[in-house]
Amino acid sequence: MRLDETHQGDLVVVRAVADDAVGRRLEALGFIPGTRVVVGRRAPLGDPTIYRVRGADVAVRRDTAREIEVDPLDAVGRDVAGSAR
Amino acid sequence: MSPRHAPACHGDATLGSGDVTAPGALQVALIGSPNAGKTTLFNALTGLRAKTANYPGITVTRREGLLELDRTHVRLVDLPGTYSLDPVSPDEQVVADALHGHVAGIPAPDALVMVADATTLERSLYLVAEVLQLGMPTCLVLTMVDELTARGGALSLDRLGDALGVPVLGVVGHRGIGLDQLRQLLHDPLAWSRPVLTPPTDPVERSGWIESVLLRATGADHLALHADSRTRRIDAVLLHPVAGSLAFLVVMLALFQSIFTLATPAVDWIDTRFASLADRVRDVLPGAFGDLVADGVITGVGGVLVFLPQIVLLLTFLALLEKVGYLARAAFLADRVMGRFGLEGRSFVALLSSFACAIPGIMAARTIPNDRRRLATMMAAPLMTCTARLPVYTLLVSAFVTDRAVVGPLRSQGLAMFGLYALGAVSGLVYAGLLSAATRRHGTSPVLLEMPPYRWPTLRSIALQVWDGAWSFVRKAGTIILLTTIVLWALLRFPSSEAPDGLTAAEVAGYEMEHSVAGAIGHGLEPVFDPLGFDWRANVAIISSFAAREVFVSTLAITTASDSEDSLPDRLAELRDDSGDPLYDGPTVAALLVFFVYALQCMSTVAVLRRETNSWRWPLTAVGSMFALAYVAALIARSIAQVVS
Repeated sequence: MRLDETHQGDLVVVRAVADDAVGRRLEALGFIPGTRVVVGRRAPLGDPTIYRVRGADVAVRRDTAREIEVDPLDAVGRDVAGSAR
Repeated sequence: MSPRHAPACHGDATLGSGDVTAPGALQVALIGSPNAGKTTLFNALTGLRAKTANYPGITVTRREGLLELDRTHVRLVDLPGTYSLDPVSPDEQVVADALHGHVAGIPAPDALVMVADATTLERSLYLVAEVLQLGMPTCLVLTMVDELTARGGALSLDRLGDALGVPVLGVVGHRGIGLDQLRQLLHDPLAWSRPVLTPPTDPVERSGWIESVLLRATGADHLALHADSRTRRIDAVLLHPVAGSLAFLVVMLALFQSIFTLATPAVDWIDTRFASLADRVRDVLPGAFGDLVADGVITGVGGVLVFLPQIVLLLTFLALLEKVGYLARAAFLADRVMGRFGLEGRSFVALLSSFACAIPGIMAARTIPNDRRRLATMMAAPLMTCTARLPVYTLLVSAFVTDRAVVGPLRSQGLAMFGLYALGAVSGLVYAGLLSAATRRHGTSPVLLEMPPYRWPTLRSIALQVWDGAWSFVRKAGTIILLTTIVLWALLRFPSSEAPDGLTAAEVAGYEMEHSVAGAIGHGLEPVFDPLGFDWRANVAIISSFAAREVFVSTLAITTASDSEDSLPDRLAELRDDSGDPLYDGPTVAALLVFFVYALQCMSTVAVLRRETNSWRWPLTAVGSMFALAYVAALIARSIAQVVS
């Protein structure tokens, strides 16, 4: 699934980001494959959404969140999740 | 968003000279992501001896300070905040260029102090990896270590240092904790330990490297901090769909209101002081020289200082909101609306600053990484109603809009003022949207907005930011206002002509004005502005307002031969054309007001746009398009008003 399809409170793991300038910027902000992301608040007008990633809260617009492929943490499995970064 | 939103950056000073440079001293650059506490650390180390200048050719601020150590000096440079050395904004480009010594006239630093917020170390290690790849002497300074401990984080600085291969220090910048150790370390940067192996550049290998460093330093693959409960509690209110939106409106209204009400006593005080000073000078120094000092110099200086209360208030408000952490939330809440117009949340802050003055507003746009959104924000900034328009609006509205209650506490004059502000704001957003759509050829870079934890700001950091902004206004805008006041005084006074006998003092003054150089120009422009109803008096005032819009009022006071600016409203209402009809009737005043909503009559703004966009294309586009808008809109406003009345 993609990050924009998640809901507040969801816990997901980044699977992949695009290999382009946008992807590199997302990685610099913490969206590195294997990183756990907690989905936070959506702005009152519906966009953007705050994600807790690597110790920081980062607001990302829907169209950018769509560029990030994620897996729900349950699907990864608890054991795998333990080492998932 | 960043401390650089303060308009501290339009000085012309070039680098490499001045009082803070010490020949032969090593140059150490501070590098780190926004909100890492870099500037706080810089201020704590250098005190107030920092020098603010610009990188040559562009207007990204460069702050450099001399750090005096026991045995030596170090030149400390505060680089703009960056998340990565792969630049996406002008600020980040500067960081990359400066690190590689690609900035003309400025050598690459000899060593780097990488500043990272300990609580977001997991993320910062990405930038650490990039910095270590440069192969320069580097030490890592972790800020907010007190917060890390308070949130249950366990981190061994020694083991982190071992894993990275460079010295690692923990500091609490505003309390001075750890600074002595850092000063000690800065004695000899060339002796710092260096990593045996530089971190990998391959993305997969780099993320493995980050993981192994974390494992070594924390014993786990992440810091496992408790959530910052204070931030969570505050956000539960301030980002709540209903409460948060209300709070946003209250904060913005308070900011807006304070510019007008809180500043008024100080503004009045400055006004009266300078007026009485000018009178006294005229008594002591008769003749043309006395006029020059009183009407040119003193009035000019007063005209500059009279803006300071509003500017200082706004800058204080913005610095406070930014350092507390609310400005990022405001950008988050406003992002959707701004996105409609091709802008982003951060544009909101820039445009809000433009309500004080377009210059800090245009400066604030520099924190927007995407150049399309950045350009659109800068171009929209002059359409926001700056405080320099306020004297013009106040004069015309108080003189020509009858004060009466409309609904409840709302009065007609207040509504007229609100209408002018709203007209400017809406037009600015639409203008930005059109421009953004027209320049869509660039690829899009993502809107990414970090929400820092709420923190108590230090008084010192706020004071420094306000001082930087206010001083640069006095220096840059102030000199232009002062100079043009003097030039205009000369244009209006010379050549001195002999008025016919039998005129009153006011009429003599009016006659002299009309036959001055400025009067001739104003008369020459009458065919151009006649459709709008402006006569030579208004035309001269409009030309003079290019210096700064508020000069319009003082010039109009002279051209209409008013005894003082206070009597100007009455004088305007008295003026009659050849057929005995009022020169300044409702429709003409409406045209004048609307003209001021749109016209870019501000040399300072033009100069700043030129510097920020690094070309004449955009400032000239702005001047041309906004003049056309102003003329057409004023024509429409006058026609509508004529039909209505």
